[in-house]
Amino acid sequence: MITASDLRKGLRIEFEGIPYIITEFNFVKPGKGQGIYTCKLKNLLNGATTVRNFRDNARFEEPDVEDKHLRFSYEEGDNLVFLDDAFEQISIPGSVLGDKKKLLVEDAAVAITFYNGQAIDVEMPTFVEKKVVHSEPGVKGDTATNVTKPATLEGGYILQVPLFVNQGDVVRVDTRTGEYLDRASRK
Amino acid sequence: MNVDNSILEQRHRVVRAIRRFFWDRDYIEVETPVRIPSPCLELHIDAEPAGNQFLRTSPELHMKRLLAGGSAKIFQIGPCFRRGEKGNLHRPEFTMLEWYRTGVGYMEALAETKALVAHVAKEVPGQTGIPWQGGRIELMPVWDSMTVRDAFIGAAGWDPVSKFDADRFNLDLVEKVEPSFSPERPTVLYDYPAEAAALSRLKPGDPSVAERWELYIGGMEIANAFSELTDAVEQRRRFEQCAEQRKARGGEVYPVDEEFLEAMERGIPECAGVALGVDRLVMLLTNLQSIGDVRIE
Repeated sequence: MITASDLRKGLRIEFEGIPYIITEFNFVKPGKGQGIYTCKLKNLLNGATTVRNFRDNARFEEPDVEDKHLRFSYEEGDNLVFLDDAFEQISIPGSVLGDKKKLLVEDAAVAITFYNGQAIDVEMPTFVEKKVVHSEPGVKGDTATNVTKPATLEGGYILQVPLFVNQGDVVRVDTRTGEYLDRASRK
Repeated sequence: MNVDNSILEQRHRVVRAIRRFFWDRDYIEVETPVRIPSPCLELHIDAEPAGNQFLRTSPELHMKRLLAGGSAKIFQIGPCFRRGEKGNLHRPEFTMLEWYRTGVGYMEALAETKALVAHVAKEVPGQTGIPWQGGRIELMPVWDSMTVRDAFIGAAGWDPVSKFDADRFNLDLVEKVEPSFSPERPTVLYDYPAEAAALSRLKPGDPSVAERWELYIGGMEIANAFSELTDAVEQRRRFEQCAEQRKARGGEVYPVDEEFLEAMERGIPECAGVALGVDRLVMLLTNLQSIGDVRIE
């Protein structure tokens, strides 16, 4: 059982049947009244945020949430297979990561959050390097800044890259945004 | 260190200005015990234990004993402790200014508070128009003032005086009433529901409200004041009621301060008292957002 006085930034609580993490926290006490705990809550299932005020008699369940630090091994059908430190295989549905699963590289270190035994979130390495397997050559003479073209990376991920990036180059991608960051090496 | 030197110096100048204000008005500066056997019984304030005693949550009861002993104008600046209170505006250890004056009521105390705020602002930051969170507050000359009843009817749509609901009162105060105050001027809420009287006397002629006010500036509660309750029988009844409520909530019940009640039985003259959060006043005058920016920790 979590009580109001336990509330703090970073704590995970279950509230109205939904697991949340507290991303911002403040305590206010009006006049000589009851303390009020203002929490910004992030829904662990869909990422939506909400601000709620709780009184000091509020009680919460501790959500059955566990973080596992794993390494990506391979993709098998719709599932992604990871290895833990003991080299045990742990398989999760690829849908948890959506299109970003295409940015996984072998042996990538990830943190997967499980809620009631189900994977609900995968924290990937912030940057990954991937080889461009297909991109049309940039049109010569078009030197305007911010002009981009589509490129397909190894694994099938498609993103916008600057015109100077060529097929065979290796690019760095920010996995938080899914966008091109810079060119890591030229062909 | 968490507080830089220029803030330390400004804090010093605020405290110096406060002392000068009271010295010039013939107040006596007092120091009452910090470690005490009987912290004041209040429903939502928890005392920090210190050995077989407690650290004071406010100097109120001791200062009123001095009034019973013949003091007429006293002030104190010192540490107070409240267990479990930590936020941008709260610390378990903080600095309180309290002053008491006999022969006056809560509205005279309000006029004096206004003079104090103006006096201190002329020292730090040096003028009564001050920057605050990207905006500006004019500390003088206009202070908005409204009864608790009117403020709640206007901002929350109900009257806490005719029917008090403690939980709803606190939440609506934070979520609806306080945000309705002008960000450009101080606001005073006065005449609290009798159920929220704390240690104030009920209004002569209208016992549904208590002679209590709270000062808000820049979204912060800066000071709380009472026409002090001086009726020992009523005071004992309130302590006993509070003890019952604390017990029902699973809180610790502190022994009643019998010496304080005896002093009240001997007689405390009609008086008013104000408690002002020094850390928050420094925050306001230095345009800093957290109590941790102005207190050494």
